[in-house]
Amino acid sequence: MTILLFIEQVINGLQLGVMLFLMAAGLTLVFGIMNMVNLAHGSLYMMGAFYCATLAQWTGSFFVAALFALPAAALTGVAVELIALRTLYSRDHLDQVLATFGLILFFNELVRVVWGPVAIFMDIPPLLSGGVEIVPGAPYPVFRLFVIVVGIAVAVFLWWLITRTRLGMLIRAGATNREMIGALGVDIKLLYTLVFALGAALAGLAGLMAGPLYVVEIGMGDAVLIKTFVVIVIGGIGSIRGAFIAALVVGVVDTFGRVLPAQVGLPNALSEMAIYILMAAVLFWRPRGLFAPGS
Amino acid sequence: MSRKIFTALAALSIVAAPAAAQQKVKIGIITTQSGPGAVLGREIVDGFNLGIKHSGGRLGGAETEVIVGDEQFKPEVGKALAERMVQRDRVDIVTGVIWSNILLALADTVLRDRRGVFLINSNAGPSELAGKNCHPNFFSVSWQNDNTHEAMGQHVQSSGVKRAYIMAPNYAAGKDALTGFKRFYKGQVVAEIYTQLGQTDYAAEIATLRAARPEGTYIFYPGGMGIAFIRQYAQAGLTQQIPLYGPSFSLDQTILPGIGDAALGVFASTFWSERLQNSANQRFVQDYEATYNRIPSPFAAQSYDTALLIDSALKAVGGDISKKDAFRNAVRAANFNSVRGPFKFNRNHFPIQNYYLTQIVKDEKGRLVNDLRGVIFSSHEDAYVKDCKMKW
Repeated sequence: MTILLFIEQVINGLQLGVMLFLMAAGLTLVFGIMNMVNLAHGSLYMMGAFYCATLAQWTGSFFVAALFALPAAALTGVAVELIALRTLYSRDHLDQVLATFGLILFFNELVRVVWGPVAIFMDIPPLLSGGVEIVPGAPYPVFRLFVIVVGIAVAVFLWWLITRTRLGMLIRAGATNREMIGALGVDIKLLYTLVFALGAALAGLAGLMAGPLYVVEIGMGDAVLIKTFVVIVIGGIGSIRGAFIAALVVGVVDTFGRVLPAQVGLPNALSEMAIYILMAAVLFWRPRGLFAPGS
Repeated sequence: MSRKIFTALAALSIVAAPAAAQQKVKIGIITTQSGPGAVLGREIVDGFNLGIKHSGGRLGGAETEVIVGDEQFKPEVGKALAERMVQRDRVDIVTGVIWSNILLALADTVLRDRRGVFLINSNAGPSELAGKNCHPNFFSVSWQNDNTHEAMGQHVQSSGVKRAYIMAPNYAAGKDALTGFKRFYKGQVVAEIYTQLGQTDYAAEIATLRAARPEGTYIFYPGGMGIAFIRQYAQAGLTQQIPLYGPSFSLDQTILPGIGDAALGVFASTFWSERLQNSANQRFVQDYEATYNRIPSPFAAQSYDTALLIDSALKAVGGDISKKDAFRNAVRAANFNSVRGPFKFNRNHFPIQNYYLTQIVKDEKGRLVNDLRGVIFSSHEDAYVKDCKMKW
């Protein structure tokens, strides 16, 4: 592997990591603050992509579509929280897993009924199409660089939200000790709904940026969900900072894990195992993840 | 208008009545109707229904009842459906199975039933059933799994590509695909890459591919994987530099709309194309579009052909499916006008047929289609027939 290819693969890894971060940020907050395992997070990613793809077809503009798709994803999240998840907070994790798995099936069927079974087309906006030669001779898609920029902007926004605002203070307090902030008179139900809406919007954002790059189809969130769980476990459940660092690490490790074994003649299974080996190693040294709140 | 239809119906029933008053045939379609694979199941069901319609609503003059089951992309569900259809619903024929692993899970249930149920399948064609486990009551109307890949191996070979980069998902059909390709491609394989099943981000693989400087790339990525790969290949600016080749499963009408213009110029190998010029196909494509408002995929064509094949065989036995041996011989004769042109069954009940080269272009209405570029194989048979002991 030449140095130029190495640089390109690091960028690829960062771009994947940023996508994972957008998913992980919401999931880790919901898990950390509400102690809720939400498998349907991938469905919100899918809904974000489908909303945006449809709106982009109607309006002809990716950016206008994204502007409306984000609140739509957040509202979908609020609806899910109010109707289905609210009753599950006091139940144990197995009940939550079963119920939210049911939600995955529900959303997949919903998409099939509304949009039909065929994958739908979503183009890269003309402004962000084409490539730039970061590495000579290998034009890198501008849209992927855009994803990296958006992801870092979201990370900065979340850092500000969590450390500099009252809402962030409540979120941090909730992640450390849920019962206590309830006992102190904070409207915990409203806080939960707000956090869930934020997580849903971030998942929707990841989904609508995944649309032009990957594929907008039924079940598109299922594969990304598994990697997202790996990220939040490595980062420490409830920690945004942990999610950010772990997402970038997982993105880079997964990227190199996918291409290196084949080049040096190692078995292919290593590619699929790379991030799980990483997770096992982290959990061995830090059983609660790298940046678990309250640890 | 309605009187005209009534008169036509009355006339039809008079014609059909004496030949097949009591004859009935029950057909079970086991296919995918949920999840990402649902798009294929829809093609299978719609193609079959159009085949029945073109056979006058009654296959071989017999009263035709079709029941459809959703295997949910799970072998155990497929097997349970087969048990229910064969034992409780007492179907005469099972068809529509898309995935090889599901077909292998349910084949025994269908074929071992003492009533002598036929499995006349319209998609999956695993090597197991083509070779030593070939069966008198199993027919594949589509192809043997390797064939389409063999055809592209032959084409890439004969178009002078000396260094090929080949990729597929890491599962049984992916390995079979690349094995089939290599059976006829004799140049250097720069790398044989297996990616994760269901993976949709190929940035890292494509960067590695570019660095390896191959002269051509062959991929087997069905469904969403194909949409993602072909678009990212184009986004990386490679489609013009390194020609991309694939089997029709990565480039048919179930996924072309999702790929968009990134598919333009890509080559596909296939046993059938929506642009194939023969009267049976032109009628099929035209009516399919009129009925379902979309261009048919190969899955629909295979299923349509299956209905027509059953129709022809039932006609030969006067609509009486209980004459098992006569019906089997009539299926073997394959006396129907296939939408793919020449069609006959080999000794192992798999097709001997042509394989074509197509390229993705835009049609008059600006839609992406598989335009014919030539014949790769004429009357091609599969590699497993030599292991089949069946004689007829």
